[in-house]
Formats: sequence, C-alpha cells, structure tokens
Amino acid sequence: MAGTNIEVYFAPRLETSFMILLNTYLPSDYLPVLVQLGLAVAFVVVTMIVTHSIGPKNRGKVKDEQWECGIESVGDARAPISVKYFLVAILFVLFDVEIIFMYPWAVNFKSLGWLGFVEMVVFMGILLGGFYYIIKKGVLNWD
Amino acid sequence: MEVYFFIAKAVIILLIFGVTLLIATYSTYAERKVAAFIQDRLGPNRAGPWGLLQPIADAGKMFFKEDFIPANASKWLFIAGPSIAMLTACMTSAVVPFGGSLDLSFLGIEELVPIQGIDINIGILFVFGLVSLGVYGVMIGGWASNNKFSLLGAIRAASQNISYELAMSLSIIAIIMMTGSLSISQIVADQDSFYKWNVWRQPIGFIIFITCAFAECNRTPFDLPECETELIGGYHTEYSSMKLGFYLFAEYINMFVSSAVISALYFGGYHFPGESLLAGVLPEGALGHNLLTLIGVGVFFSKILFFIFFFMWVRWTIARFRYDQLMNLGWKSLIPLSIANILVTGVVILLLNN
Repeated sequence: MAGTNIEVYFAPRLETSFMILLNTYLPSDYLPVLVQLGLAVAFVVVTMIVTHSIGPKNRGKVKDEQWECGIESVGDARAPISVKYFLVAILFVLFDVEIIFMYPWAVNFKSLGWLGFVEMVVFMGILLGGFYYIIKKGVLNWD
Repeated sequence: MEVYFFIAKAVIILLIFGVTLLIATYSTYAERKVAAFIQDRLGPNRAGPWGLLQPIADAGKMFFKEDFIPANASKWLFIAGPSIAMLTACMTSAVVPFGGSLDLSFLGIEELVPIQGIDINIGILFVFGLVSLGVYGVMIGGWASNNKFSLLGAIRAASQNISYELAMSLSIIAIIMMTGSLSISQIVADQDSFYKWNVWRQPIGFIIFITCAFAECNRTPFDLPECETELIGGYHTEYSSMKLGFYLFAEYINMFVSSAVISALYFGGYHFPGESLLAGVLPEGALGHNLLTLIGVGVFFSKILFFIFFFMWVRWTIARFRYDQLMNLGWKSLIPLSIANILVTGVVILLLNN
C-alpha cells in the first residue's frame, strides 16, 4: 500500500515519469478488488442457487410461454427494430473514445498550460464539427 | 503489503459490502414510506413496528417464489442477466472513501488504515467501467427473455444509459482538471473546507452529473426502460423470484452508490464544516483521530441518505419524459453544456494560475 499517496502525475522527461509510475502503481493495491469480486460472486451465485432450489416448480405448455399482455404472441421477439438505436450505439462508441482521450489530458491539465488547452480546443472543435453534422443529418431526431 | 493491513482491509470491504446491502434493503422500505408520505397514505405498517420488517418479509417472499424461465428464453443468458446487474452493482461501492483513516496502532498495524475498500488512483474510471458493464445485465436479460416488451425495454435502457454516460463522463472532466487526479480519495481530500466543495466550484457540472445519475439508475423521470403503462415491466417482464429481486435490488444499490459518488465528488465526502475546530477540541493521538474519522463517516452517510431521499422525492414529483425528449436532453443539451463547462473551467483555472 506504500506508494499510493505519491502525488506526481507529470514529469518532464519520459524515463522519470516511467519511474514514478512504477512507484505509484503497485499490483498489490489491486488485491482488494479480488476480495470484493470474490465476495460479490459468492453472494450472487449462492443466492441464485438457493432461490432456484427452494421455490415451487410447476410447468405447463401455456405457462411456459412468454407473457405479452395475455394476447397470443406472434412470431419471434428478436425481430428487426429501428436502426436509430444502432446509430446511437455507434455514436456512443465514437464519442466515448474521444472522451477517454480527454481524461489523461484533464489529469495533466495544470502542467500542460495554455498550449495544452488550445490543443484540446482544436480537438473539441473537430469533435463538435462531427457532432453538428450528426444533428444536421437528423440522426438524433426521434419522431 | 503487510498481512495485518490486508486483513484490516478485508474486514473493511466486508463491512462496506454489508452496509451497502443493508442500506439498499432499507431503501425499498424508505421508498414506500416516502411515497406514502407524499401521497398522504400510511405505507407499509404491518410487518414489525412501523413496518420495519417489511424488507425482510419481501426478501423472504422473493426467495420462496417460483423461479420461472420461459420455454423460448435462452436459459443461461436469462440467468446471466440479473447476475451481471447485481455483480456490477456490488463491485462499485468498494472504491468510495467512506471516511478518513483509522489509527489501529494498538492492534499492531503501523500504517493508517483508510476506510475505503479499494484505494486505487483510477477510482473514477473504475466506477464508470462498472457502471457501463451494468448495461449488459439489462440488455442480456431483456434479449434472453424473448419477449417483445422485454426487448424494447432493454434496448431503450441501453440507448438511454449509453447516451447519458457520455454527458456524465464529460461533466467529471472539469473536476479532474481542478484536482489533477482520478482518485476519489484525492478529490475528497481536495475539498477539505466548506467553501472548497466542488458544488460551489462546479454548479453546472453538478447539475449535469445528478441528471445523468438519475438516468443511469433508470429512475423517474428517466424510467422509460420499465414504464408500466407502455412496456408492462420493461426488461424484467419475464423475471420472477430472486432474479427479479436482483434487478430491483441492483437499482437500489446503484442509487446508494451514485448518492455516495455525488456526495464524494461534489459535497466534500466525509468533510464537514468546522472539522478543524473539532480536531482541536478532541484529545490527541489515536483516540482523537479515530473519533474524528468516525464523525466524518457519520456525516458522509447522512449526506448519502439525503441524496437517496432526493432520488425518491424526485420520483414522486416529476412526470416521466417522452423518449424523444429524453434523447434530446441527453444529446443536444447535456453534452454541449458539459463541453462548454470544460472550456470555461479550463480558462478560469489557467487565468487563476498565471
């Protein structure tokens, strides 16, 4: 747990920043993640098994059908749906990647100064240009 | 890492896990009581005094219900859906710092033990990663049910969650620029006095973040994935027994975690006004340190409970959005607004620094 409180995130030379990185991240800091994961998995698995084994079981042809307001269901549910949802998903991936680029920039923001800020403004300008195009193209119109 | 330190850490993780489940359980009770109060009803009052045993009775009922899997459903995915939702919900609470540090030198532990399950310096990314994994739980569950309403609900949930995730991660960037760290404990430590709370420095970021938190938790006014009037139960129409319980429970855990994250990022976490004055009054050494930490934990939990109450208050006050309004708000208002917020924050920081 030793190195976690060292607060140097930017160093002018690559090799020094690499050394600081080695000091800052100890793999053992992530051990508690495994503890938490084990706990959560155990809770979920045990609950699932218990609830599956203690409830009553009645099966029947009509009962096993999926419930769609009591109307007999027609066809498979996995039918094609509006392409808008797919476009939203694609746009999400694009924008999310751009946002992830901003995180390291934001961490180092104070040391990068005006130059870094202007560079990010250019980057965001391009991003917003694409964003404007999407809106004009009507991808986000839902009527 | 020392063995004792690790054991202390494991105990803290266990405690936080237990407290998370407890608060989530009683949030269901609180929600019904708050709803009753707002609508001038009594609410649950039969099981135990003031109905306090109601959540336990509900959990017992959930366990003994039939565990139903539709014939047309994909069996394993049907089970995987709620499991993933619950798993990701359970993992997030670990990185939130619930208090300062404990001085356990009388147990032979040299280092101060922070009241935080996992103290990693990418805390915020950890939370966001898990929150976005939660979408899979909903999506897989809705798809596996092989029910048209479930699938529609799941698709709505997925596109709503991913849309609001963008604005949410953008609103955080302004805070990271001010703090220069991704670690939640560092961000909390940065707000050590009342006037430095991020809500004063980032009011727009806070409003964006809390709006997105409502959308991520699928709470009213953003509860389109499960709006009863249109989609029966949405993505959990086909679920019964504890599988349904997991979905509902995961929602309450997410509410707790988002309240905790909001308090930590914007309301100073475990810091409170007059902390340094109190530190002067308390006795020196381990006792005073631990007392101050415990008071901080209490303050943090009262902030969290306030935000949980706020979630419920909004649920019974504001009507649901229409789908196009929801998407317009997310994409055309919140995203440009948060980008503008980043630019303004950047200019102000640079002007103040020079």
